[in-house]
Amino acid sequence: MPYLAIENIRKAYGPAVAVDHLDLGVEKGEFISLLGPSGCGKTTTLQMIAGFVEPTQGAIALDGIDLSQLAPEKRGLGIVFQSYALFPHMTVAANVAFGLEMRRVGKAEIRQRVEQALAMVGLADKGGRYPRQMSGGQQQRVALARALVIRPAILLLDEPLSNLDAKLREEMQLELRQIQRQSGTTTVLVTHDQQEALALSDRIVVMNQGRVEQIGSPFDVYERPGSAFVATFLGRTNTFSAEPTPQGLAVAGHVMMPGERPATISIRPEKVDFTTEGDGLPGRVLTRVFQGNHWLLHVQTPGGLCLVIRPNDGRPVPGEGEAVVLVFRAGDASLSLAGSSP
Amino acid sequence: MNAQARQGWLLVAPATLLFVGILATPLAMTLLLSFNGWSSTQGIVPTLTVQNYAEILSDSFFAEIFLRTLRIALWVTLICVLIGAPEAYILRRMREPWRSSFILVVIGPLLVSVVARTLGWALLLGGNGLIPLALHRVGLTSSPVSLMFTETGVVIALVHVLVPFMVLSVWASLARMDPATERAAQSLGASQITIFLRIVLPQAMPGILSGGIIVFSLAASAFATPAIIGGRRLKVASTLAYDEFLSTLNWPLGAAIAVLLLVGIVAIVVGWNRFIERRYSQVFAS
Repeated sequence: MPYLAIENIRKAYGPAVAVDHLDLGVEKGEFISLLGPSGCGKTTTLQMIAGFVEPTQGAIALDGIDLSQLAPEKRGLGIVFQSYALFPHMTVAANVAFGLEMRRVGKAEIRQRVEQALAMVGLADKGGRYPRQMSGGQQQRVALARALVIRPAILLLDEPLSNLDAKLREEMQLELRQIQRQSGTTTVLVTHDQQEALALSDRIVVMNQGRVEQIGSPFDVYERPGSAFVATFLGRTNTFSAEPTPQGLAVAGHVMMPGERPATISIRPEKVDFTTEGDGLPGRVLTRVFQGNHWLLHVQTPGGLCLVIRPNDGRPVPGEGEAVVLVFRAGDASLSLAGSSP
Repeated sequence: MNAQARQGWLLVAPATLLFVGILATPLAMTLLLSFNGWSSTQGIVPTLTVQNYAEILSDSFFAEIFLRTLRIALWVTLICVLIGAPEAYILRRMREPWRSSFILVVIGPLLVSVVARTLGWALLLGGNGLIPLALHRVGLTSSPVSLMFTETGVVIALVHVLVPFMVLSVWASLARMDPATERAAQSLGASQITIFLRIVLPQAMPGILSGGIIVFSLAASAFATPAIIGGRRLKVASTLAYDEFLSTLNWPLGAAIAVLLLVGIVAIVVGWNRFIERRYSQVFAS
């Protein structure tokens, strides 16, 4: 049995279903992300683990103990909120000490553990400050220290990096991952940022409209998306409808890969290549944008618009208006059969 | 003076004239009046004397009235905090449409005319009123005791009309509070009582203190309620000044009382405000 076992939980607000029959097992020490667009039920799921929202049905068990009858304050979970939710009237040290005071830890031990926690997030000398006097990134670290100092069974992160600017967010991602590895705390992250989920997680749970679309490692979810939703939500993808011909599946009459039944082909922009010999999908470059480490091209083909990403590795890239032929390896494409759900 | 500055002065001129005309001038004249002499035969004597102030400060009759005014204002403030702060917290946790309707109930007393409201209280507090009869029935008093012309009666009636100011003030500071802080405290193991005492109350404190200033100054300077409930028998500073003006016709003495009341309230409010700013500036600076 996994460390955190979520079995068949469901949450409905009247006729609106926020989370629909979700099953999830999280192993001890694992970093798992709930990823999806807003309204997909990821935050509701986190709230149910935390105890702020009661599931309509289903069970949540932690280390074999049923959580459903346990009030939030008895669950012993560490939570980092999107707004950080630091106590503005307390110093940083008092914020971090609060959870330990609630556990009636001795004064000397509190002081020592608060110091350790602040040192861990690189704020050893800032204990006397008030939250208002700190930057967003620093407040974020205080919130993390406050959640981790109680040695929680699970660390719950609710969009913790969404209020930071892009550069700081990347730094905090690395730091968060490092701190999580160091403390070995089982962590559940809720995010709508695919890049964040890919960078941090051991496994990603992609959710849409209250249901789990796919659970897998970041690489798996990205490379082998289980549904068209996952393919389009995680990174960019091109889709073509393909018809079977005696030679294989063809897009607008051009055979691209083997297959016998009508299907939709999904292919990542970076997996599409140009060819000068052999068959492929002909097209014309509409726009070409330079993005530093790569080129982004829009190619108009008889099968629809196709996005192509080419690394800036010194090889020539076709210019705007040039006629090109597109190819990709069959192994890089994913197929969903026509007639099954889109 | 450049054109922009002149334009600025022109723009504030109407408000300045209004302020000078209806507030500053009467206040200055009251101040001057308080230094005039008075005799029962000549009326106001246009001299410059501190005799009125000396009389007020030396006579225990006046001291008792000023102390009563202070006592009533402090009780009203304290009770308004005890009722208003939890009321605001409960209101904040209510859901619509209940919240809107109960806010209307809370500010209700302000919508009723002061005379109607106070005479209503006179009916309830009088010897045959509901409150003395109820107290007698439940055995708290051996016979129905009228609360008219008592400090208790004045305090009750003032609390009724001033509580909305406290509720609105606390409400404003609770609205600035991040509701996630309550959940954060809960997740860290705090009980509901601990959350209220250690997380909510400190964050509501600026609102409680500024509401306290409003309630205190309104209670200390209230006129209609103490005039009707307290009557002639239970004078406070404002009714005392009124009586000196209109019954004794000793305007200079009445003016001196009014000036002392104003100075006292301003001193307390300013001191209070300083305290709040010093205590909370670091934490709640916007």
